[in-house]
Amino acid sequence: MRPGGVLLEAEGLVRRYGMRRGVFGRTVDVRAVDGVSLRLERGRTLGLVGESGCGKSTTGRLVLGMETPDGGSVSFDGRPMPSPGTSAWRVLRARMQMVFQDPLGALDRRLPIAAQVVEPLDIHGIGDRASRAARVEDLLRAVGLRPDQGARYPHELSGGQRQRAVLARALATDPALLVCDEPISALDVSIQAQVMNLLVDLQEQFGTAMLFVSHDLRAVRQVSHRVAVMYLGRIVEEGEPDGVLRDPAHPYSRALVSAIPHPGRGGQRIVLQGDPPNPADRPTGCAFHPRCPVATGLCAQEAPALKPRADGRLVACHVAHGEAVAGTGLPRREAA
Amino acid sequence: MSTPLVEISGLTVSFDGQPALRGIDLAVAPGEAVGMVGESGCGKSVTWLAALGLLPARARIGGRVAIGGQDLVGAPASVLERVRGGRIAMIFQDPASSLNPVHRIGRQVTEALALHRGMTGAAARAEARRLLDQVGIPDAARRLDVYPHELSGGQNQRVMIAIALAGQPELLVADEPTTALDVTIQAQILELLQSLRRETGMALVLISHDLGVVAEACERVAVMYAGRIVEEAPIARLFDTAAHPYTQGLLGALPPIDGPRRRLAAIPGGVPEPWAMPPGCAFAPRCPHRAAACDARIPDASALVEGHRAACIRAAPATALAERMPA
Repeated sequence: MRPGGVLLEAEGLVRRYGMRRGVFGRTVDVRAVDGVSLRLERGRTLGLVGESGCGKSTTGRLVLGMETPDGGSVSFDGRPMPSPGTSAWRVLRARMQMVFQDPLGALDRRLPIAAQVVEPLDIHGIGDRASRAARVEDLLRAVGLRPDQGARYPHELSGGQRQRAVLARALATDPALLVCDEPISALDVSIQAQVMNLLVDLQEQFGTAMLFVSHDLRAVRQVSHRVAVMYLGRIVEEGEPDGVLRDPAHPYSRALVSAIPHPGRGGQRIVLQGDPPNPADRPTGCAFHPRCPVATGLCAQEAPALKPRADGRLVACHVAHGEAVAGTGLPRREAA
Repeated sequence: MSTPLVEISGLTVSFDGQPALRGIDLAVAPGEAVGMVGESGCGKSVTWLAALGLLPARARIGGRVAIGGQDLVGAPASVLERVRGGRIAMIFQDPASSLNPVHRIGRQVTEALALHRGMTGAAARAEARRLLDQVGIPDAARRLDVYPHELSGGQNQRVMIAIALAGQPELLVADEPTTALDVTIQAQILELLQSLRRETGMALVLISHDLGVVAEACERVAVMYAGRIVEEAPIARLFDTAAHPYTQGLLGALPPIDGPRRRLAAIPGGVPEPWAMPPGCAFAPRCPHRAAACDARIPDASALVEGHRAACIRAAPATALAERMPA
């Protein structure tokens, strides 16, 4: 049975890394991703937001099979993802592509743009020489570059043009899924807008589903149909972007939304105490409780499950679900 | 405006004959918070690096930067050393690379105290502890003995701010101080800068690519494009009635946080390269209102109302209008 419209489904993904403390220290397990489940429909965009170290990029790599999960499963197009490195996985990779933050780092500076855009077609053996050249021209036009710019080298293009070139290459095999990891954060504001418009246009034109990984809630709202907020390896809230931005249910989402700088706001900003916790030193219970302004005793003991509220919004918070009365935060444990 | 603390006039900078700054006029009053906004390469950082004599020797600098009657452009090193850190302090985007990784935090703060206030020994250490406390570092006494890598990015930026405060500056120039930080930490640092201004009465120049950040922390903003200030206005006015098409473009490029989702009004094209600067208005090639006159010469900044200037030929008729109808 192929579920209607679902392209990508991840169930309970876990990714652990061994991290050594100090030069001679013992290795400790760091759970970068700690039980993430998500589903993405064809032609839609899921935004994944959170701060550095929350596991959003790792999640992106896990769903593409660029890393093997230590737990959980990914299915693509109704079938389980083949093991990374196998020929079945390589064939499937033509249908899933990745776009990174730094376009200059993602491009080979010794090759002209057109040679890099044609590469996926060569690798996956799509078309013959003449049809590939025509396809490259079409792709460059689709991302707003002129075909003659295909002869340029990466350093001869601006940052925005390079990101367009990266997108052209990612789209070469006509993928069903694009994982975009902070695709605009290295770009200037006016160029960010160009690339966001382009992503929306390309999705309309090619029906590509996108996983849009970003720390920028504004950008996520602009391009996404759904948004998932991550904190320390887990999704803490998921819903429609407008709903989450207007009425965030999780205290962490509330702080993120209130941290969006915008003019004319009367100082009701929630300034969180402390730094994002170290994944190697995960707090007990709800990972957010040491910074949470409404944490209660239960929050330090028991991790809340991600489950739907009456209106369908998924939230992982004891207080939001009424399992605990809002407290006033817990006394901070000073780091040693 | 009261007597300015710092007055920059006609400041120009070129690197190897290619212009980076093409005539900056900007005054900062005592205690005022001014934002400088623009995209990478527009000259917002170079303005203050030039003012403080921090550019490499190959930079050609012209114009004037006056602080209390003293011109800093071409001033001898002894003068600049007293101003840097003493009257004007500067912090940068990446605190980790501004701090010395092999020295303890305390030593780096006391070094600044010795330099600017001649403090040594126990007195310097006590003052360093007070400064770390003031910038919101918990358990300041113990943190004096840690190394930068033991602190988070946000805490390192707080240490940088403490070092900047060590010389009791009259002006703090913060160059993208929150860009490398997470959103919730950015909120903390902006809050800290605000409270420090209230406590110490120092002026703040906040350099940022993010109009939203500047809007929260500043009273006035200067928008820069290709080495010039194209618009200058009080924050609220800029958001309500931006006069320069570039400012309007920047505002339109910002995704809204509520209301219907619309296509972003992206500014087409890119910033001109310094060696291919258009003859007239540098923004003309990207401007939706470009006319022949735009290419004739660089438009002067004209005052629309008190405190609101824009360098656009289309902004001029509004000036005439404002003059005919006194407020």
